[in-house]
Amino acid sequence: MDKFTIKDMNLYYGKFHALKGVNLNMPKNQITAFIGPSGCGKSTLLKSLNRMNDLVEGCKITGDIRLDGEDIYGNIDINILRKRVGMVFQKANPFPMSVYDNIAYGPRTHGIKSKAKLDEIVESSLKDAAIWDELKDRLKKSALGLSGGQQQRLCIARALAVKPEVLLMDEATSALDPISTGKIEELCLKLKNQYTIIMVTHNMQQALRIADNTAFFLLGKMIEYGNTDQIFSNPREKETEEYITGRFG
Amino acid sequence: MREYYDIQLNDLNNQIIEMGSLVEKSVAYSAMALVKSDIDRINKVSEYESAINRKEKDIESLCVNLIMHNQPVAKDLRFISAALKLVTDLERIGDHAEDIAEISKFVDSQNCHLDKTVFSEIADTAVNMVNLGVDAFIKRDLDLAQKVAEMDNTVDQLFIEIRQKLVSGLKSGEYDSAPALDLFLATKYFERIGDHAVNIAEWVVYSLTGKLENLDDYGIEE
Repeated sequence: MDKFTIKDMNLYYGKFHALKGVNLNMPKNQITAFIGPSGCGKSTLLKSLNRMNDLVEGCKITGDIRLDGEDIYGNIDINILRKRVGMVFQKANPFPMSVYDNIAYGPRTHGIKSKAKLDEIVESSLKDAAIWDELKDRLKKSALGLSGGQQQRLCIARALAVKPEVLLMDEATSALDPISTGKIEELCLKLKNQYTIIMVTHNMQQALRIADNTAFFLLGKMIEYGNTDQIFSNPREKETEEYITGRFG
Repeated sequence: MREYYDIQLNDLNNQIIEMGSLVEKSVAYSAMALVKSDIDRINKVSEYESAINRKEKDIESLCVNLIMHNQPVAKDLRFISAALKLVTDLERIGDHAEDIAEISKFVDSQNCHLDKTVFSEIADTAVNMVNLGVDAFIKRDLDLAQKVAEMDNTVDQLFIEIRQKLVSGLKSGEYDSAPALDLFLATKYFERIGDHAVNIAEWVVYSLTGKLENLDDYGIEE
């Protein structure tokens, strides 16, 4: 079953045509990776999935993007959309507050006040993000004192705390060491049973390791989309072949 | 971009050409050794066999290094993995060529009352299959690969005919049993060389199309 469906989507930043005629269906409970050289539009597309581009002046989107069949650019409450579609960024961005308050921030803004309920959410989110054991004795300490890898898993836990359905990851491991990267990749494989994960990555080995499907973008066009094993063993398009074998890009 | 990587891939291709050439000569000489009882050729096959084994190790080592250093994907990955499999088939062909040469040494010293030219056709066909298989790889030619698969039927048919001939010659007492058995073994080696050539053709198909096809029943699905 498809979680996101994108049909004839075009995106313009002013006069710049950043995404051209994108058609893409992303299955539920799978990991989909977007790859392509810098400036190809992959992060722009990712941000369109929870309407982060609304904040960009001059950004215009045409076409159709649906989440579970519902038009996300129609009459949808944008706060609800962003609750359903969480995002983790390249650079970990914990709030300057305690580990506990970072996680509880989202649920509190959605109206949860009960201490017991918040305790439960903090614990389950940190457990889901595979960082509970490391942080359970430091819940009241500042999140800014954590290592980069811990901060990023904290941000994943913070995204999970509001029980999203989709997790968008924009180069979420690119600033991390291999051990932390490995932990987050393992985490993605575990989380996909409950969530749909869509990631932008410059690390093609990462897409190979964990993504079920991979889409290759070039100059605003989606050149090829398919099963990751097929894309990396026998791509249909010459541009994909040249990019993934490192011969241009 | 990736100039050094491309140089290494090119080196791999050249090394396979060299190994293929050694194997082609080895099989051709073993066929001549058997049919024409040529002692010089027999000794040459043994020399080739050692060179083939060394080449196999060199190519395997190069493939492992390429994988380790470059994490190849797509056509590069298919080419390198096909090369790794293909050298094993080439090496086995070299072994069989040596086996045939050894048999010719032995059979020639006996009075076998057997016209060895009956082996010419199966030997020639097997030699051609090896040549075409290696050519298909070098030229990246699917048609040649398919031709190799088709030729295997001829080899299989000739194997059956020679077997029948040997059996009836043994029954009638026309042939001595020991050389007849040795020659039957040599025939089997040619038949196996044909099978290895088909394997090479299959790796050519995989390298070019990504399809792991069984070409035994000849015919490459589009």
